[in-house]
Amino acid sequence: MPPVGYAVDWTAIVLAFGVGVAALGAMLAVAKLLAPRRPSAAKAIPYESGIVPTPLNWTQFNIRYYVFAILFLIFDVEAVFLFPWALIFLETASYVFYAMMLFIAVLLFGVAYAWRKGVLEWR
Amino acid sequence: MRARAGEAVVFGMIVAGLLGILGGLVLSVGALGTPERVTLEVLAQLATVLIVLFTLLAIVVLTLVWLERKQLARMQSRVGPTRVGPFGLLQPVADALKLIMKEDVAPGTSSKLLFFVAPLLVFVPGFVVWLTIPFARDVVVRSLDMGLFFFIAISVLSIVGLVLAGWSSGSKYAVLGGIRAAAQLISYEIPIIMTVLTVAMLADSMSFVVVVEAQRTVPYIVLQPLGFVVFFLAGLAEVGRTPFDVYSAESEIVGGPFVEYSGAHWAIFFLAEYVNTFVIGAVAALLFLGGWSWPFGDLPAAAGVALFLGKTYLVVMAIFWVRATYPRLRIDQLMSLGWKVLIPLSFAVVVATAVQLFYDWPRWTLPAMSLAVLAVPVVMQLRGGRRRALAEARRYAERAVVVEAKPRPQRPQEPLEPQEAGA
Repeated sequence: MPPVGYAVDWTAIVLAFGVGVAALGAMLAVAKLLAPRRPSAAKAIPYESGIVPTPLNWTQFNIRYYVFAILFLIFDVEAVFLFPWALIFLETASYVFYAMMLFIAVLLFGVAYAWRKGVLEWR
Repeated sequence: MRARAGEAVVFGMIVAGLLGILGGLVLSVGALGTPERVTLEVLAQLATVLIVLFTLLAIVVLTLVWLERKQLARMQSRVGPTRVGPFGLLQPVADALKLIMKEDVAPGTSSKLLFFVAPLLVFVPGFVVWLTIPFARDVVVRSLDMGLFFFIAISVLSIVGLVLAGWSSGSKYAVLGGIRAAAQLISYEIPIIMTVLTVAMLADSMSFVVVVEAQRTVPYIVLQPLGFVVFFLAGLAEVGRTPFDVYSAESEIVGGPFVEYSGAHWAIFFLAEYVNTFVIGAVAALLFLGGWSWPFGDLPAAAGVALFLGKTYLVVMAIFWVRATYPRLRIDQLMSLGWKVLIPLSFAVVVATAVQLFYDWPRWTLPAMSLAVLAVPVVMQLRGGRRRALAEARRYAERAVVVEAKPRPQRPQEPLEPQEAGA
């Protein structure tokens, strides 16, 4: 087993990405050699239930997805604060614990507000 | 024009991510002045281990495909694959070979480069996570200090791949599927983060090895049953298994982001689903079921690995079982389950654990609180479901139109005449 240390850890992460991409790349290369290649105009049409598709291929989608993305962003940023806190809150001063409880309460109030406003309804 | 701008943005993101990882590498090697050196020997060792790991994972994934088909078949009173190899074991290999030899078609509207990169973005994170998943105390490639955080950070990357696959196909169903994937996966990411955080609090560490060592006597599923339930449900949604396969729903949006894929690229998506399922099974086994540990004393490494794999397969088979039992949720049910049930519950888990640890209450209070909180949505669901069903039945009863059957006029019966042959 290689020595312990951050440099080796980071190297391993980069290498793992490399190995993953290389292995799949090898599989795709094999596929390229084995698979037939006969392009035609009909094959290039995107699927739309068997009819000729209408020109706008990037279809419109509802704005409600955007709201969920914003809500997620809040929680995700919060997770960045929660993880370091989770490891130290027993050892440090007790106000650290109360501060985080307050923070979570504020966040949950945000969810309750969004819920009450009907943002979480899917319509 | 639109496709160009999108491509530029996405490539910017990918390059930024790679720069971040390389920056970490440079920082840790250079600025922090770590004592060890990354020599060629270390590199060769790591590469060998990773290649072996990839091969093992590929074999495991192929057996998982077989396992799912067999299990589903048994649950539906069929026999499943039997023809290729003993018990049909080679069926997935045959399928993979078939897919590799199929033509790889890209629609003319797609933005080709992204279209072909997206499957890799879905598969590779599922493999990279295995870097830090320990099979036994010493059987691990790198036991990262921030293992739990690494798992979350890396497994999220596959969302990008799905959105990218949907967007770059240039097909309507694919775009809808990609957007649905984004909404679903980010919503269910929060409960996963919160339950993993709970485990980190309980074990006071973010390394998988330490987490498992802390579960020597009592696995965390006993201490925190609600946490396991939330993690399992959110994990199901995160890999898009059947009750939550809204983004690739075949009967609604014909496969979502995968509509336009064929041949080897589709095979990668297919395998990625199983890799991610196996990751969720393994992480559930490590975080809640005690990994390789065993409450009756120490085990040798080989037995530990077997125990860990057994627990992982148990979770994975439970996931397959859910697929055989439950129908797909509607997208509004899916989002409200995520935001109105799982997210509040996951916060309840975090707060309950933090309070128990901080005030140093006796240990049994934690499962008690956990089960009490779990009882709330169950009771609400049961009562609410009954009320809704009754209300609906009443509505139907009011709206019902009673059709009185009129007596039919009697037709005079025609006498049957034998047909004359040759008429």
